[in-house]
Amino acid sequence: MNARALIFLLLGVGNAFAQGFAGLGTDAEGFAVPEPGKRFEFPQDHGAHPDYRIEWWYLTANLTGPDGADYGLQWTLFRSALAPGEAEGWESPQVWFGHAAVTSAATHLSTERFARGGIGQAGVIAKPFAAWIDAWQMEGDSLDRLQLSATGNDFAYDIAMHAEGPLVFHGAGGYSVKSAKGQASYYYSQPFFSVEGTISLPEGEIRVRGTAWLDREWSSQPLADDQNGWDWFSLSFDTGEKLMGFRVRDAADSGFTSATWIAADGAVTPYGDGKLVATPLETSWVEGREIPTRWRLVLPDRALDVTVGALNSQAWMGLSIPYWEGPVRVAGTHPGKGYLEMTGYQRR
Amino acid sequence: MTGAVLEALASHWRRNRLQLLTLVLGLALATALWSGVQAINAEARASYDAAAATLAEGRFHQLMPREGDSMPQALFVALRRAGWLVSPVVEGRLRVGGTAVRLVGVDPLTAPPSSAASEALARTDLNRFLRAETLVAGPEMAALLEANMPNPVLVDQAVAPGSVLADIGVVQKLLGRAGRISRLIVLPEQPLRQQPLADIAPDLVLQRADGATDVGRLTDSFHLNLTAFGFLSFAVGIFIVHGAIGLAFEQRRGVIRTLRALGVPLRRLVVLMIAELVVLATLAGALGIALGYLIAALLLPDVAATIRGLYGADVAGTLQIRPAWWLSGIAMALGGALLAAASALWRLARMPVVAGAGGRAWALGSGRTRTLQAAAAVVLLAAAGVLAVTGGGLAAGFALLACLLLGAALALPPCLAAILRLGEAQAVRAMAQWFWADTRQQLPGLGLALMALLLAMAANVGVSTMVSSFRLTFVGFLDQRLSAELYVDADAVADRAALERFLEAHADAVLPIMSVEATLAGLPAEIFGVRVGYTYRENWRFLDAIPAVWDEIEAGRAVVINEQLSRRAALHVGHTLALGPGLSLPVAGVVGDYGNPIGQAIVGEALFRQTFPAIEPSRYGVRTGNPQGLRRALTEAFDVPPARIIDQAAIKAFSLSVFERTFSVTDALNVLTLAVAAFAILMSLLTLAAMRLPQMAPVWAMGTTQRRLAGLEILRTVLLAAITAVLALPLGLALAWVLLAIVNVEAFGWRLPMYLFPVEYIRLMLFALAAALLAALWPAWRLSRMEPTGLLRIFANER
Repeated sequence: MNARALIFLLLGVGNAFAQGFAGLGTDAEGFAVPEPGKRFEFPQDHGAHPDYRIEWWYLTANLTGPDGADYGLQWTLFRSALAPGEAEGWESPQVWFGHAAVTSAATHLSTERFARGGIGQAGVIAKPFAAWIDAWQMEGDSLDRLQLSATGNDFAYDIAMHAEGPLVFHGAGGYSVKSAKGQASYYYSQPFFSVEGTISLPEGEIRVRGTAWLDREWSSQPLADDQNGWDWFSLSFDTGEKLMGFRVRDAADSGFTSATWIAADGAVTPYGDGKLVATPLETSWVEGREIPTRWRLVLPDRALDVTVGALNSQAWMGLSIPYWEGPVRVAGTHPGKGYLEMTGYQRR
Repeated sequence: MTGAVLEALASHWRRNRLQLLTLVLGLALATALWSGVQAINAEARASYDAAAATLAEGRFHQLMPREGDSMPQALFVALRRAGWLVSPVVEGRLRVGGTAVRLVGVDPLTAPPSSAASEALARTDLNRFLRAETLVAGPEMAALLEANMPNPVLVDQAVAPGSVLADIGVVQKLLGRAGRISRLIVLPEQPLRQQPLADIAPDLVLQRADGATDVGRLTDSFHLNLTAFGFLSFAVGIFIVHGAIGLAFEQRRGVIRTLRALGVPLRRLVVLMIAELVVLATLAGALGIALGYLIAALLLPDVAATIRGLYGADVAGTLQIRPAWWLSGIAMALGGALLAAASALWRLARMPVVAGAGGRAWALGSGRTRTLQAAAAVVLLAAAGVLAVTGGGLAAGFALLACLLLGAALALPPCLAAILRLGEAQAVRAMAQWFWADTRQQLPGLGLALMALLLAMAANVGVSTMVSSFRLTFVGFLDQRLSAELYVDADAVADRAALERFLEAHADAVLPIMSVEATLAGLPAEIFGVRVGYTYRENWRFLDAIPAVWDEIEAGRAVVINEQLSRRAALHVGHTLALGPGLSLPVAGVVGDYGNPIGQAIVGEALFRQTFPAIEPSRYGVRTGNPQGLRRALTEAFDVPPARIIDQAAIKAFSLSVFERTFSVTDALNVLTLAVAAFAILMSLLTLAAMRLPQMAPVWAMGTTQRRLAGLEILRTVLLAAITAVLALPLGLALAWVLLAIVNVEAFGWRLPMYLFPVEYIRLMLFALAAALLAALWPAWRLSRMEPTGLLRIFANER
C-alpha cells in the first residue's frame, strides 16, 4: 500500500470507504447533520456544504460509439472535511479527491487526484457552476448545460451535457434515509442529461453520444455502525423511465433498501426499505474479491423484474479507496442501461 | 490400427538410436542456448533495475524559479490546473534555540508516493500533520524542537539530520513566507494531456533528476543484441534438426509405403508422425530448458550478493525459473521442430502410394534442387542488400538479418563447389584429383552440417564483435561520465558555500554539476555547466573536436554537444549553436553519449553561472585519493547522511563487474554454438560413412591403405570447415554491422561504434577447425579400423 493510501485510511473517509464505511457511522463532531424537511435552494445547494463531513458530485454516463459499441464514463469529485467550516489557504480543513474512469467491454481505465481546499486547486462554485480538481472540470452557466473533462495517464475525455428534464429528489423530498436507525443524507439527482463528446483510449479517439446521470449527496453520518457497504443502481429504461435503488449491507446481510421510481417527465415515487429486492445472480473474481456482477432487481409495485449485468465485470476502481463501478445492461420487463456501484467487498 | 502404426514408426528409432539422439540433442541444445540467453537476460535486467531503483530513490525532476529563490504559490495551482502533476516544497532556515534548522514544507496530498516525505508521513495521520501542525524530525533535532517550539513533534529516522519536515502551510507560517514556494517536484507519471510548460510558467526551469539510470539505456541495447544472438543460436540448432528429421523421413519411405499399402489412411499417418514429432520436441524442449537453466545458473554470478554488499538493498539472490522463458523455450522447440519437418511432411503427403522404397538417397539433392537453392540464395542476398540501403524500422532490421543469414547459408554449397572445382583444376596427381572430386561429391551430404557451421561461426564472429565493441564503448563511457570518486548531493547540505569551501580545501578537485532544461535547435535538450579541469581533459574522448576544445569551453567561447544533438540537428564542429537569446557559440566538439535520449550542450562553469544565475549545482563531483576518509570527514563536518554521498568508484566497479560476467557468458555461448555445429558434422559424417563405402572401396582396392584413406577423410572435413570458416568471417562482420549500425540505431537512436578484433577472429576460426577435426576423428578412426571384409563386400554385393 502506498503512503497516500495509508493516509487516507487514517482519515475518516478512507475508513468509511475501505473498511465497512464505519467512519461515516461515527458521531458527527461539530458537523451539521441532515434534518428532514429541508428546503433546497438553487443554485447555492449545487455548491459545497463545508459544514457537513462528506459530499460528492458524482457523474456516470452510458455512451455509444459510432460502431454501436457501449462505453461507460465516471467523473466524481469528493469533498471530505477534517473539521467543519472553511478557511483560506493551507489552513482549510477541506480535502478534495477526484476519481475518473472510462469503461469498455474489454478495458477499464481509472485514476485519481488529491487536493487541499483553500488554495484553488479544487473546489465547487454554485454560480456559474464549476466543480474542479486539477485540470479535471465540470462547468457551465447552470447545471442544465455542462462541459465535462478529465485526463489520466492512459485516457481522457471531453463531453458536453444538456439536461432534458428536472432535478429529482430522493427519499422524502431529498432527505434520503440510509438505515433503520435513521442515518440519512441529502440526496438529489439530475438523471436526464443527454451527452456527446469524445473519449480517448490507448487505441484512439472515439466520438460518443448517450446519457448521463449526476448525483449530489452530502451528509455527516449516512451509515449505521453495523453497515459495511452498499450496492447502488442507477438505471435508465428504454421507456424513458428511470430507477435509482440501493441496498446498504449490514453485518446480518439482510440489508436496507431504498428506491426512487422516476417517470419520464421527472415525477418521482419513493419506495422505502424492503420494497426493492436486489439479489445477486452471478459473481466474478475481481482483484481477489468475489463481487456480484449480475443481479436480479424486483420492484413488485412497478411490475419490474429485470436482470442487470455488467458490461465489463472487471470495472474495478483500484485507487487509494478501491471499489467497483461500471456500466450495466438491463434486460427483462424493463430493458435499458445504467450504472452500478458496489463498495465494501473485502479481499478473500 | 493406430497402435500398430505407432509401433512401426517407433521401430525406426529403435534401429537408429544415433539418429534419435541427433534429433533430440540437436533440438535440446538449440533450446538450451535460447532459454539460457533468455534467463541471463531476464536476471541481468532484474538486477540492473534493482540497482537503478536503489540509486535513483527519492530523485525527481524539479521546477525551479529562473531567478530568485522562490515563486508564487499561485503558479503551483496554475500548473496543476493545466494538467501538470507537481507538488510544492517550501524550504528555509529558522533559528531554534540558537541552532540553524532547515525547515522543509511539503503538501502530503500531492507529494510523490515514494518520496522521503511521504514515507515519513505514512507514520502519522493527516489530521495530526495538518491540523495539529506537527513537526517531523530525526531524534536529535526532535529534542531541540520539543524544548523550543510549541508544536507537537514526531520522531522519524527517515528525515535527514538537521532538517525538519512539516506541512507546507506550517512552514510558510514559521518562515513568514505565506504564499511563496521554493520549488516544485515533478511527479514521474504525467497525464495524457497537459498545456506546455512555457505557456503557464515561462519563468520556471526544469532541473532534471540525475541520470543514475542512464546505464539502463545502454543495457537495453545490450540485451536486444543478446536476444538476437539467442535467435541465431536457435537457427543453428534448427539446421541440425532439419537434417535429422529429413534423414529419418527418407529412411522411413519404405515403412510408410508398406503401411499405406496395408490401408493406413495418409491423413492418419501424417497426424501420427506430427504427434510423434510433438512428443519428441516437447521432450527435447524440456531437456533444453533444463540445460539452459544450468548454463544460466553456472554463468550468471550472484549479482544479488554484489548489490546487497554495495547498497544494502535486498534482492532475490537466486536464478528464478520464470514461466515466460519456460514457455518460450518449449514453444521454440515445438515451432522449430515443425518448421524443420515441414518440407519432409509435405513430401510425404504428396508421395504416391506405390513410390519406390529405396529411390533417392538422403539429401543427394537433384540438380534441380541445387539450382533452386542457388536462385533462392541470390534472391535473399539481393533482398538483404535492398533492405540495408532502403529499409527503415526495427522490423526491417531483423528482416535484413534473416535474409542475410538464410541467403548466405543457401549460397554456401555452390560457393564450396566452385572453390573445390578450382582446387581440382590445380591438381595434377591422380590421388589429388580423386581427393578434390570426392570432396565435391560429398558436398550434398555435408551441406546442412556445413551450413550450421557457417551460421555458428558467423554468429560467433558477429557477437564477439558486437560484445567487444560494446565493452570498449561502455568502459569509455563510464570513465568519462563517472570519473569523480565521490558525488555529494548538494541538497543534503544547507550551506552550499561552506560545503564548497570545505571540498576545495580537502579534495584534489571539485566539479560542481549543474544543468538546465532547454530547447536547442528546436529540440528538447539540456545545458550543462562544467568546471574544466584535468578530469575532463583526460577522460573525455570526442567523436570529433577542435584541438584546444577544453580551453575554448573554459573561456566560454565554445560549446560541446552530444552525438544525439549533432545527428538530429545536423550540427557539426565549426557550426554555431544558439543557446539562448543573445548567446550563440561555435561547436568545438561532439561527444558520444550512450545513456541519454535527448540532446546535451556543455559550456564552461563561468558562462553557465552568468547565464543561469538561479541554478545551483545539484551535485558535486569530488576527485580525491582518499574517498573513504573524505566521506567520513564530510559526514562529521556537515552531518551529511551517508546515502547522500555516492561512492561512484564502487558503482562503476559494480557496473563493470556485472557486464564482465555477462561478457563471459557470451564467450561460453560461443563454445557451445560451435559444439552444436561440430555435433552436426559428426552426425552427418557417421551417416555418410556407410553410403560412401562404394566410393572408398575401389580406391582401397587399388592399394591405398585404410590409414591413408582415414587421414584423407580428416583432411577433407577440416578443409571444408576451413573454407566455410573463411567464408563465415565476412558474413559475421556483416552481421555485426547490421546489429550495431542498423538494429541498434533503429531501437535506440544511436550507433554503437564497430571495432574489429582480428586476434579474436583467428581464435574463433581455430575453434571452428578444432570442432571439425574432433567431429571427423571418430568416423575416420572407424574407417581405419574397419575389417577388410567390409570393403570387400562392396564388390561382392550387386549394387
